[in-house]
Amino acid sequence: MTVFDEARDLDVRGERRSERGSLEKQMGRWGLLFISPWLIGFFFLTLLPMAASFAMTFTNFNVTQPDAISFIGLDNYRRLFTDSDLRAALEATFKFFLLAIPISIIQPILMAGLLNAGALRGRRFFTTLFYMTYMVPVVSAILIWGGMLNGQTGWINRFLAIFGVNGPDWLKSTTWVYPGLILIGLWGVGNAMLFTFIGMRNVPHELYEAAEVDGAGYLRKTWNITLPLITPIIFYNLVLSVIGLFQYFTIPYIVSRGTGEPGNATLFYNIHFYRTAFRFQDMGYGATLAWLLFAIVMIFTLLIFWSARYWVYSPGGSE
Amino acid sequence: MTNAQVETHAPSSEVTSSSTKSGLSKRSRDILAGVVITLIGLAVLIFWLIPFAYMVTTSLKSLEQMQNPRILPESPATIEFDGKELEVYEVPMPDGSMQELALFKPGRESSLFVDPNNLSAEPIEWEGRWRQLDPAYHLDFQWQNYPEAWKAVEFPLLVRNTFLIALFGIIGTALSSTLVAYGFARFPIPYKNTLFLILISTIVLPRQVTLIPTYIIFSRLGWVGTWLPLIVPHFFANAYNVFLLRQYFLTVPKEMDEAAYIDGANPLRVLWSVILPQSWPVIIAVSISHLIFAWNDYFEPLIYLRARPDLQPISVGIQEFNFLYSTRPELLQATSLLALIIPVVAFFLAQKYFMQGIVFTGVDK
Repeated sequence: MTVFDEARDLDVRGERRSERGSLEKQMGRWGLLFISPWLIGFFFLTLLPMAASFAMTFTNFNVTQPDAISFIGLDNYRRLFTDSDLRAALEATFKFFLLAIPISIIQPILMAGLLNAGALRGRRFFTTLFYMTYMVPVVSAILIWGGMLNGQTGWINRFLAIFGVNGPDWLKSTTWVYPGLILIGLWGVGNAMLFTFIGMRNVPHELYEAAEVDGAGYLRKTWNITLPLITPIIFYNLVLSVIGLFQYFTIPYIVSRGTGEPGNATLFYNIHFYRTAFRFQDMGYGATLAWLLFAIVMIFTLLIFWSARYWVYSPGGSE
Repeated sequence: MTNAQVETHAPSSEVTSSSTKSGLSKRSRDILAGVVITLIGLAVLIFWLIPFAYMVTTSLKSLEQMQNPRILPESPATIEFDGKELEVYEVPMPDGSMQELALFKPGRESSLFVDPNNLSAEPIEWEGRWRQLDPAYHLDFQWQNYPEAWKAVEFPLLVRNTFLIALFGIIGTALSSTLVAYGFARFPIPYKNTLFLILISTIVLPRQVTLIPTYIIFSRLGWVGTWLPLIVPHFFANAYNVFLLRQYFLTVPKEMDEAAYIDGANPLRVLWSVILPQSWPVIIAVSISHLIFAWNDYFEPLIYLRARPDLQPISVGIQEFNFLYSTRPELLQATSLLALIIPVVAFFLAQKYFMQGIVFTGVDK
């Protein structure tokens, strides 16, 4: 069950239905008191800034000259169509999307599938070591994999050279930088893998036994039982991966030192946003970029939620 | 509405299973499968962990050693002989063996060598071109890279900054998320479901949308260049932690609350003496996940602490160092190791709690 289903199903297990009256009112007040940190934070750190940032999209606000602010109508929105860096950023982000999203879905499934294989010996040993890399700070992972991917001295190219393959200069090539970034990110699979693994462990054994009686082999069981039953987890990983992708920042920023090199291949959306809003302090247009990002993320999230009815298994039948 | 169907009924014509075809017994097939799968696992694991070997070996090399083709930090061996420094080579001996000998007197077609293990013995004359010999390599670790990296990145300062930022953040998020989760788990709040749905949906809200006005407010408050923007927002709970804690609180039997209420306890007392004593594992899980977050958070420290290197956490601090020392890969790798050693060792010491966070997120049975 995912976070989202949980939110939807909340009323099913609603609390204290039976006891109404003044006690309930009093308890309600206690409840409001307890959730007040979030209510206050949501108002001041989410709602108000959202409104302010939306208002800023109609201004030319620059933090270095706050008094020179003026209302410029839809100019920022028009600028979206002429901003060549934005076009490059969208191109880089969507190109990377095509590679990164399938991998972020398949990698946890393959690794969890390995951990879940009945015949595997030393399951705990493997789980611990595969999960451990999740603890490696991202900056360390970038430095380590950056060294591994070095065109001359990196181990990956040295390994390829054994087979006579002349490896590319990964992080400096507009084509190979994307697989390079993927490799740097592989170690972060920890939670997605563990989550998928637990999902697989929770598949009722009887289903497999019944399938075996009917003569189903490993592939058939995986395709018809395991995968359908973990679709809620795949769904959850997919939503988080898509959201994460549009906020992709630390790895490309450190790899390219914020330049977007090679070419504009690592000028991802969030890097363009950072440069506009914080390096050039162009906050009015920066806010517009943020809202465009929000719109794109919302469209993708809604598409995924809408598509869920066709492929995500929900226990207990429809709805 | 269509759901993915769980097909447990495969066509019955396929009942002849492969096991009857192969001559192996079930037992030996199981053993074979175990060996094959475990070997695949080991192969993946080697790929997974080999970058650590790269990091450690590179961190112990000198720039010169980086140029030679050896994997380990090795240097061409030399010995002192007769007040001169002689280079040691791998010399093929007439009997077919290889011996490490020091070149004493080079010649075009034959050279004189001395045995480094027996310097008093007569020099050995060897027929052949010494230039075609491979130099002998000996292990030569550059341990001084570590103290150098330690000083260059000001490691103790970065760790202190990261720990303090993380610590205050943990206090904030554990405290606020516990209260909010308790509220959602136990009390009849008006519009509770809607509020909870809003809370959960903030997960999909990109932080860029609120970032600019928040930055302006913090900058007006004079908080830019301090830790406050990295700490204070965590005192207002967040969706993941509230969800996790609430899931856990729901598993604490309500009868226990009710018994405490009958004894005259108020809701705060119930939280303190009934819920919390049973919830330490999940609170520790939440704290650890915040620690990891603080150790990795890059974007906000970059924005708020750009001008204050003395206050930067490890993520941004090491990055600045990386810009300056890009020509010194050995120091970069030594720094990577310094930066990962604390979280990784902590993980091995407290694995149980690290992975619990995930288990609690409640994949239903």
